[in-house]
Amino acid sequence: MAVYRAHVLICGGTGCVSSGAREVMSAFKEELAKRKLDREVMVVQTGCHGMCEMGPIVVVYPEGTFYCRVEIGDVAEIVEEHLYKGRIVERLLYSLSGSIEKVPHYKDIPFYSKQERIALHNCGYINPDNIEEYIARDGYQALAKAVKEMSPEDVLQEVKTSGLRGRGGGGFPTGLKWEFCRKAAGTKKYTICNADEGDPGAFMDRSILEGDPHAVIEGMMLGAYAMGADEGYIYCRAEYPLAIKRLNRAIGQAEEYGLLGEHILDTSFSFHLHVKEGAGAFVCGEETALMASIEGERGMPRPRPPFPANRGLWGKPSNINNVETWANVPAIIRNGGAWYAAIGTEKSKGTKVFALTGKVKHTGLVEVPMGISIREIVFELGGGIINDKKFKAVQIGGPSGGCLTEEHLDLPVDYESLTAAGAIMGSGGLVVMDEETCMVDVAKFFLEFTQRESCGKCVPCREGTKQMLLLLEKITAGEGTMEDLTTLEELAHMVKDMSLCGLGQTAPNPVLTTLRYFRHEYEAHIRDRKCPALACTKLITYAIDREKCRKCGLCAKKCPVDCIAGDRQTPYVIDQDRCIKCGSCFEVCPFSAVTKS
Amino acid sequence: MAFSVDEIRERSRKIAEPWRNGKGGLIPILQAVQEQMGYLPPEALETISRELKIPSSEIYGVATFYAQFHLKPRGRHIVRVCRGTACHVRGSLQLMQKLKEMLSVEENGTTEDLRFTLEPVACLGACGLAPVIMVDDDTHGRLTADKLGDVIARYE
Repeated sequence: MAVYRAHVLICGGTGCVSSGAREVMSAFKEELAKRKLDREVMVVQTGCHGMCEMGPIVVVYPEGTFYCRVEIGDVAEIVEEHLYKGRIVERLLYSLSGSIEKVPHYKDIPFYSKQERIALHNCGYINPDNIEEYIARDGYQALAKAVKEMSPEDVLQEVKTSGLRGRGGGGFPTGLKWEFCRKAAGTKKYTICNADEGDPGAFMDRSILEGDPHAVIEGMMLGAYAMGADEGYIYCRAEYPLAIKRLNRAIGQAEEYGLLGEHILDTSFSFHLHVKEGAGAFVCGEETALMASIEGERGMPRPRPPFPANRGLWGKPSNINNVETWANVPAIIRNGGAWYAAIGTEKSKGTKVFALTGKVKHTGLVEVPMGISIREIVFELGGGIINDKKFKAVQIGGPSGGCLTEEHLDLPVDYESLTAAGAIMGSGGLVVMDEETCMVDVAKFFLEFTQRESCGKCVPCREGTKQMLLLLEKITAGEGTMEDLTTLEELAHMVKDMSLCGLGQTAPNPVLTTLRYFRHEYEAHIRDRKCPALACTKLITYAIDREKCRKCGLCAKKCPVDCIAGDRQTPYVIDQDRCIKCGSCFEVCPFSAVTKS
Repeated sequence: MAFSVDEIRERSRKIAEPWRNGKGGLIPILQAVQEQMGYLPPEALETISRELKIPSSEIYGVATFYAQFHLKPRGRHIVRVCRGTACHVRGSLQLMQKLKEMLSVEENGTTEDLRFTLEPVACLGACGLAPVIMVDDDTHGRLTADKLGDVIARYE
């Protein structure tokens, strides 16, 4: 095997690819060949590093130097300086916000140093298209250990000991779920991976599938061994083409190596795995709807019981877990359930991956131990609020979750405490909001989403969410009454209590939590016909101050609907009838002549 | 990509054939038909119904349930504007507004020359680069309304 003195790791996740990582990678290969360094330095395409915002990300080993926002023009310099002369290219290093000090090493960046990576263990470290790199990082060790040395009961017991709970939203104990399926009568059983990650604002499953597909495959095989299943499906949403491609490639490689198929590692255990592409329906993230979709039907949920563990896919006992849950399993079997249970809080064990987005300085994926506070996530890992504005709320758990306020900043993040505060762990979307975000608008935004995605099977969800949305539209247009607020709350409780599946049962959460913590904002929209955050477009107007306008015309140039008129002699004026209130002029004016009220 | 009625029937038959005795084939078949023809023509749905012995009503039920399936011809390039939370708070509505104007179409509309179809999408999972749009399989991030012209011009 060839030995290389250095490795250049280039992120090949969706985020970095769209920032130009592929071009940067070819430039590296070309430049290294030109300098005849291609036998000494290896270029590797890895999965996601999590800090998508700083992409394309390039990490040079053995030092672990972290370069961000690398462009093609920077490549020659990195090769010349770093790889040829051994000097770090300072200007491309990451620097802490508000400081000019550069942080050369991956592990010293707060975004990474506070993390504890189990599910993301290999993401950004190995080439996901190469099974040997996965194997070199102890991949498929757990499988070998299980089928050679452990009984299915032993595997189940380790998972139960670990305290792992479903990472897709509900937080149901994984071991218990497996046990139901294991005990169910029947010889034909299925394991299913829910990769229909539909929550707006969550992308951890995509990154795991793209960055470490074998971990998910191995996890599913361990589950299949414990439950007695011989066939599995990965149901992946069609919006993730790269994830689907890498999964299929990984399955092909595992089959080639005899790690997937008949008589795995010369034992009696056999397992076959298929990838099913979703067709664009959020409700298919609900387990019974997902199974209906695999069967080729409309993805509508079924009433439970019977539970999938007894009557699931094609009427057979089935187990569904989401991507992140499966990705944790190999490490648990490798290191033992007790090791995993030592991380986290009393009832929430292990780590959780969060997608930190919104008005925070460093957006991206972070994997942190359970029990960490929201403050640590937002202000230490995330570096605080963009432009140092005031923190207002964090929306956690996607459309099924809720908004938490400043007083919850020190809340330890675990399943129980989040639920008690009215939010949920959900899939781990964490959207940070500042003083310019209107909470009524946020509630409306989520309801628009769940209303559109409601499958229409049960009346409370189909009609209830529609009526709630109409009320919110009325309120954000400044036409609401105080009675509307009472009706909205009543409806919310009704939809929550009476809907058939998780989608409807949790859809009112964003409304209920904002009513609980930000009632004054609703009241301001109703009583004063004002949007305190100046975000609800129907309640704000933009105007140009004639005195302050220097007639530069920048606003007119930026206006997407060309509704600003003026020239070098006359101050610019906004045509209020045609204005779409996008705020472009407000953002762009260098003289603060545009006012918002 | 315009096919004659006979071609549509023949192609759909070929796609459906391997699934005749299998189960769970309807969605992959519809995906394959749409991949080849750009949408789901009525003749294709009839053929699938006959091949799989599934009533047309059920096939239409499935085809209209999922956002991915289309019963009308679509543009050569699909422009998807992410309307997820992270993109929403970073101004994706303005991108949509601008695109509507640039292409002179409404949401879910197709340009007359069949070059583009404009669609909102719940979340593309590239929240770190918000606001994001996806043209066919390419993701474009950190956009502002004035960068859209350059992006769109790349697709003929």
